Amino acid sequence: MIEIHDLHYRVGAAPILSDISLSLPEGSLTALIGPNGAGKSTLLRLMARLEPLQSGRITVEGLDLATTPTDAMARTLAIMGQQNSVASRLRVRELVGFGRWPHHQGRPRAADREAVEAAIDAFGLQPFAGRFLDELSGGQVQRAFLAMTFAQDTAWMLLDEPLNNLDVAHARALMARLAQLVQDTGRSVVAVVHEVNYAAAWADHVVAMKHGRIVAQGAAEAVLTEDLLSDLYDTPVEVSRHDGRPLVLHHHSHSRIADLSRGRLPDRARLS
Amino acid sequence: MRFAAGLGLAALLALMLVSLGVGAAEISVRQARSDAWTMLVLMESRLPRTLAVALAGAALAVSGTLIQSLVRNRFVGPDTTGTSESAALGLLAVTILAPASPIWVKMVAASFAAMAGTALFIVVIRRLPRREVMLVPIAGLVLSGVLGSIVTWIAWQADLLQYVGVWMSGEFSGVTAGRYELLWVAGLAAGLAWVGADRFAILSLGDGVATGLGLSTASVMRFGLVVVAVVSALVVTTVGMVPFLGLVVPNIVARVMGDNLRASLPVVAASGAGLLLACDIIGRLLIAPYEMPVSVILGVLGALIFLVLLYRRPAHA
Repeated sequence: MIEIHDLHYRVGAAPILSDISLSLPEGSLTALIGPNGAGKSTLLRLMARLEPLQSGRITVEGLDLATTPTDAMARTLAIMGQQNSVASRLRVRELVGFGRWPHHQGRPRAADREAVEAAIDAFGLQPFAGRFLDELSGGQVQRAFLAMTFAQDTAWMLLDEPLNNLDVAHARALMARLAQLVQDTGRSVVAVVHEVNYAAAWADHVVAMKHGRIVAQGAAEAVLTEDLLSDLYDTPVEVSRHDGRPLVLHHHSHSRIADLSRGRLPDRARLS
Repeated sequence: MRFAAGLGLAALLALMLVSLGVGAAEISVRQARSDAWTMLVLMESRLPRTLAVALAGAALAVSGTLIQSLVRNRFVGPDTTGTSESAALGLLAVTILAPASPIWVKMVAASFAAMAGTALFIVVIRRLPRREVMLVPIAGLVLSGVLGSIVTWIAWQADLLQYVGVWMSGEFSGVTAGRYELLWVAGLAAGLAWVGADRFAILSLGDGVATGLGLSTASVMRFGLVVVAVVSALVVTTVGMVPFLGLVVPNIVARVMGDNLRASLPVVAASGAGLLLACDIIGRLLIAPYEMPVSVILGVLGALIFLVLLYRRPAHA
């Protein structure tokens, strides 16, 4: 369990996060959603110990982030930040191999090598395992970093916008894979997700944030409602259902938005 | 892979043998056992020189790799980040303030100055926008230029320009037994870097990745800084600045075998030694029996190699 207690964070005089208290359940895929500037990434970076805590407390599996040595933390918590560019010329297998560093500190054993191959398999990277990162597409690089995070074999994986730079098909495939991993391995994943439908389709648990505060949290079904999402994003949205999960519809037609804002909902059949 | 390593090692040995045989005094290496004078030239001049060149080349190339992974930019080397100029500044300070100091005091002062200069460079570039890859080498060149000018200005005031000239242009003609041994320390420092190879490779993936994997980024950074500073300081004090080597060798090796430093650092070291030996030999042959400083040869050759690398850089430099 990740527990956050009374967290505040500011940059200069501007409050970025206020009054955050949160328990994230184990064994589930948790999505952090909310508009730009809501503080999602900051919250994730604080959980990942990439920013120093200013006040409040975060524990991961009972380990206090402020006092646990970083190398011990690395065996409980793996993180993937936003990769803008990779300056390093590494082969995929070498990169994924670094995911085992917290376990072997430079002396890999047979078990480490097996874990690396398993991670390469899990993310479908076997065909490129011997290739350099700078020869791969953005999506493949993203998967390689995910595989490294996975190879770290921690109870928790924190992912900052893992769907960045991915097209619809790749983003879908990746979310499906993450959901599958959570189900198969019992690990817990927390991901900042920009497109709310990926959260709707795959997340077990959703945390909605706005203006640096938690607006709602709970099971995906409970959080992803029309009222809450319209309010969250300050734009009218409609929630339908697809395959037993919420499906969020954005409106692009100006007249419909006008209708919605006047409280007249157009009929659903025409929209979908 | 093994074949390539063998070939590379053979080439390095061949260059060392050539280096032993080339010089103003015409000697034959084979007669060394029977001829005392030949032995003297070999042991007092040729062998020390060959070892000094190989050690300096290897250490500089390794420290180039380190500074590149510390700042996550391929277009820098210890001679374009203010490191060497800072070492010269430290050396100048000791020469003015305590001219009678033993060599090790000068070394320590030069090392600390080099460390401070490189740390200043890192502080400066951390404030630059991250996407502007080319701002990093430009900032380095500006810093080197400013520090170099300060050194020259102080030296001019103190009438020590001649010293500075020696530090600023590296050459090995003055190397004899007893006057190069500190370079073994530089070689040792570079060897130590290999112990931390994985840490440097991880650090070059970014602070976030390094922290996530449980590394203390600050201590890896300090470790790298110490190695880079000590190597630069030792090389500047014993033979003077050697341009471009720490910049081009890591680039060439990374192009061929990537940045898995555990595997590539020994190759970087051997290539650095080989390139510097080749340049030193060329310098001895071009206007024989006179000599061209190796820094002049490298200034031309290294700049050319660098230009080629710039034109053919991979998409995600």
